[in-house]
Amino acid sequence: MTDGATPPVLTIRDLDVVLDGPEPVRILDGVRLDVRAGRTTALIGESGSGKSVLGSTVIGLLPDGMRAEGHLEFAGEQLLGLSERRRASFRGSRIAMIFQDPLAALNPSQRVGRQVGEVLRRRGVRGERLRGAVLSLLERVGIPRPAERARAFPHQLSGGLRQRAVIAMALSGEPELIIADEPTTALDVTVQKRILDLLAELQRESGVSMLFISHDLRVVSHIADDLVVLYAGRVAEIGPAREVLRVPLHPYTRALAASVPSVHAASAIAEPIPGSAASPANRPSGCAFHPRCPLAQEICRAAVPELSEIEPGRFSACHFAEQLRGVPAAIPTEEAR
Amino acid sequence: MTTTIPLPVQDPRPWRRSLAGVSGRLGGALAVLPLIVVGIYVLVAIVGPMLIAYDPVATNLAERLRPPGSVLADGSTAILGTDGTGRDVFAQVVYGARTSMIIGAATVVICAAFGMLVGLAAGYWGGAVDIVLSRVIDVLIAFPGIVLAIVVAGLFERGLLVVIVALSLSGWVSFARLTRASTLSIKERDWVAAARVMGVSTISIQARHIAPFLVAPVAALLALEFGLIVLGEAGLSFLGIGLPPSTVSWGQTIAAGKEYLSTAWWISAFPGMALALLVIMVGLLGDQLNSRYQRGGAR
Repeated sequence: MTDGATPPVLTIRDLDVVLDGPEPVRILDGVRLDVRAGRTTALIGESGSGKSVLGSTVIGLLPDGMRAEGHLEFAGEQLLGLSERRRASFRGSRIAMIFQDPLAALNPSQRVGRQVGEVLRRRGVRGERLRGAVLSLLERVGIPRPAERARAFPHQLSGGLRQRAVIAMALSGEPELIIADEPTTALDVTVQKRILDLLAELQRESGVSMLFISHDLRVVSHIADDLVVLYAGRVAEIGPAREVLRVPLHPYTRALAASVPSVHAASAIAEPIPGSAASPANRPSGCAFHPRCPLAQEICRAAVPELSEIEPGRFSACHFAEQLRGVPAAIPTEEAR
Repeated sequence: MTTTIPLPVQDPRPWRRSLAGVSGRLGGALAVLPLIVVGIYVLVAIVGPMLIAYDPVATNLAERLRPPGSVLADGSTAILGTDGTGRDVFAQVVYGARTSMIIGAATVVICAAFGMLVGLAAGYWGGAVDIVLSRVIDVLIAFPGIVLAIVVAGLFERGLLVVIVALSLSGWVSFARLTRASTLSIKERDWVAAARVMGVSTISIQARHIAPFLVAPVAALLALEFGLIVLGEAGLSFLGIGLPPSTVSWGQTIAAGKEYLSTAWWISAFPGMALALLVIMVGLLGDQLNSRYQRGGAR
């Protein structure tokens, strides 16, 4: 976004996702997002902000009753409106996905090796070549004794190994884009860092782009190049991850950063953001964040703030974004610690 | 010296564990009784006809209506007596077991296979496919299965195939309903979503990511339906529209004995008892499978 050198592999503009019903709900409202080639864009937001729906939209598997409108361009091709057959041809081979709960994402009745080889098998790889490819995939994601683990059933592996197997599945089709939907949330804290390191390393190796969906700012600060903050289905802020975390240009991002418990603080319990998260079904008027915002004025109730470029490469949807420029976040960010 | 206290070790062999689980819950040997009894039936159905010679169309009027335990003129003993035309009742019970097993197994397999296909299609695709298939199922449920079987069996020449088809016509419905309901819940599981995200073909998803999880509930229903089908076949044969007289069937033997109920009770009583015991034991076996599936179904 800042440098024009790396073009975006995924470009989203004015994306709406509507849940049909007697009272249609605009789950995503005018979302803008870029994933640059070979980089990681993190999508962050509270539960119910629509971040997983965005992931499903990109992969093309929205739940029944939801429909997407807008501009969704992947590698130069507009994805919305493509036939289901054409859409399916992207899955696994060009866009892959890593799920939150690796135990649930693996079929309990099938051996790990069989599942990791699924995409290759579909491409007609068989026999010894398939076996070799599966073993090297498992090795690549850091699974020790891969031959043994390929024969195991998912419940016989630890949580970390299972997530590694799921990552191997995602890598097997050599995709250009991986959507990682909270890939560390279901894991032990000690395992989380190793999985994040693995993802970062695989990205360096293969140059794959990644859309990393998370609610955890600490996880995101480890891995993200760019950050997109979602609140109640709208984009609150976009920018390079380091800059956004150091000087947030939206009060919501600021509150998020402040709610991360610091290791140096007396209490390791997060400072909650006052009020409860707005839901797309019941979005407040004007700026959706105004009931919880310390800066809220009359204009915030009346007018929806435009997402506008405050500094080069930095977008904020706040009426008072200019005032926040140069004011550091309340807590020390990753590199300041 | 140290004393080691043996820890209760779980048997790694799953069949041992599940057998132990069943018997522990229902009280010792009693729990495996249905399995043993059904096993004996299967054994008799397979081995019995090889050991006992019996011709269903040969009559021996000199030895008719002999009570159980009679010694016949040729020196043999009619353990369960003879019927109105002098045929051995014991041999009829044994040969009838084979007939019931063949028809029960064939019908139940056809019903399960067809029902699973229909249920899987309705549950997986939903929408118009589901509406059409579900209405067909509803109609067949509203219609008494045995009446449909009687109509079909009555229309055609008596024979094994006609009986199997007639009983299958309504028997698949419960499999379809069960499969549809199970598919609806299984298809929402993450690994199915993961497979779709990977671009796995629909057929492959159905065969490898959904069907394996239908086996347990279908197996339980298989046993329950088996009993009903055996009963249905006996009913058709009793009415004289089931199997031809050249085939031995419990239903026919019971029907043949009904005129002699006051004088020669054994003709109807023994095949009737054989039928009742089989249906009860298969039903119990189905219940056991069902409760085990529901216990393990929460994984």
